[in-house]
Amino acid sequence: MEPSEHLFRHEAGRMVAALTRIFGVHNLALAEDVVQDAFCRALEVWKFRSTPENPSAWLMATAKNRALDVLRRERTARTYAPELGRLLESEWTLAPTVEELFAASAIEDDVLRMMFSCCHPRVSEEAQVALVLHILCGFSVGEVASAFMSSQAAMAKRISRAKGTLASSKKLFDIAAPRDLAARLPAVQRALYLLFNEGYHGASPELAVRADLCQEAMRLVALLRENSLTATPATYGLSALMCLHAARLPGRIDAVGELRPFFEQDRSRWDRTLVAEGQRLLEHSAFGPELTEYHVEAAIAWAHANAHGAEDTDWPMIVSLYDKLMAIRPSPVVALNRAIAMGQNEGPLRGLQELHAISNSERLASYPFYHAALGEFEHRDGKNDAAAEHFKAALALARNPAERHFLEQRIRACEGAVHAG
Amino acid sequence: MSEYVFLYRGGEAGRSPEKMQQTMQKWMAWFKELGQKGHIKDQGQPLERSGKLVKGTKKTVTDGPFAEAKDIIGGYTLIEARDLEQAAELSKGCPILEVEGSVEVRPVMKLNM
Repeated sequence: MEPSEHLFRHEAGRMVAALTRIFGVHNLALAEDVVQDAFCRALEVWKFRSTPENPSAWLMATAKNRALDVLRRERTARTYAPELGRLLESEWTLAPTVEELFAASAIEDDVLRMMFSCCHPRVSEEAQVALVLHILCGFSVGEVASAFMSSQAAMAKRISRAKGTLASSKKLFDIAAPRDLAARLPAVQRALYLLFNEGYHGASPELAVRADLCQEAMRLVALLRENSLTATPATYGLSALMCLHAARLPGRIDAVGELRPFFEQDRSRWDRTLVAEGQRLLEHSAFGPELTEYHVEAAIAWAHANAHGAEDTDWPMIVSLYDKLMAIRPSPVVALNRAIAMGQNEGPLRGLQELHAISNSERLASYPFYHAALGEFEHRDGKNDAAAEHFKAALALARNPAERHFLEQRIRACEGAVHAG
Repeated sequence: MSEYVFLYRGGEAGRSPEKMQQTMQKWMAWFKELGQKGHIKDQGQPLERSGKLVKGTKKTVTDGPFAEAKDIIGGYTLIEARDLEQAAELSKGCPILEVEGSVEVRPVMKLNM
């Protein structure tokens, strides 16, 4: 029997979370060592004797036994989780306590606790995302670095600094305190949103890597839905948004591996099961008075998912949703998308006007899709010379071969139109 | 057909969970292929990396072996092959070679003279 895909990676997060609960957050590195040990053992034993009946339980039991060894051997040399007090000190209580902490339901809570701990207010948003990916999704520092197109050294520094902050916080986040939980939940949701976005829009040229990031974000947001305190309307909105976007992933790349512009995608390749799931979650997100950016973004994604093409898309509704989004969480990228929707609704001239009107467009100057949008509307307006210039500016900023190739094709289309005319 | 022992040495640890899982799956696939081609006499066993070393007429027992990680034998397999050349060729598919490990191929001594 083959172990399931990404088994080690997923179990890494669960094991580190459970072990850190026992060892204390200041012993995060020790927890990571024990996990590494458990994987080494699995590798040695499974390759000779095949995968055990229940691989997750095998790994967890191995980690538990190693933890007991460490606790016995280093009982006096270290201090462990202050929350557990003296329970780990006596042989009478040690084994039953550890046993209890490794119960399946306890581990679910450990993962949640770790997720909230990673989103520490003194850790920057980018570092929070990196930390979640590293600790809870089992990505090595090198894998996080390549997912974010950052250098290994820079990422190692970012992660180790964030771990330092985490370790100095003395104890893990207390998920049993409803007020603290509610206060930090938005940061956790934001981190998962950014993780998903990195997968969906990110710079990594490797599609498999990007799809992995989306899946990891969806796996973690599902955990937020399972806990009554974290299953808020915003959590449902965020889940809906992820499903509705992920549904479109198969259409973004065509059969020969080329990036397809949104309106030229083969919509029959969109994942209808995910669209239905997204719609269900979106309906579920509508309880309570709270309207978050996730609700609005999910509604926009839903409008696209339910149109057959650009022509029968409900552009007026999408423009009004972008207006709402600008009111809740304004950003240059939201303004860009709003301008594109206006152009779709009222024609290329209106689109260009809106694009030029974006007040802080200098912040968009380094974003390839801003230039590509200008190029697209100029092209539609018949100004192919100007369009080609914009596409060239976008090309200079493109982040991976697929983007570059796509933009080169647009430039050729514009230049072809100039010569033909 | 003659018998050979593959001794697996070293093999880098400290890699990401995903890479380790991939390495493991490669091992499983390699063993499966060798087995299907009728080369496995006994798939063998993994060995703990530490144990005791008993030495000399005084039979002193120490913890060991304290060799460097790259020299420690992590497991063995009993292989059937036509000759040493074929056995060495078969060992080239071993995934340990991709992670800085090595395979020692040793003929089992024959009893006929």
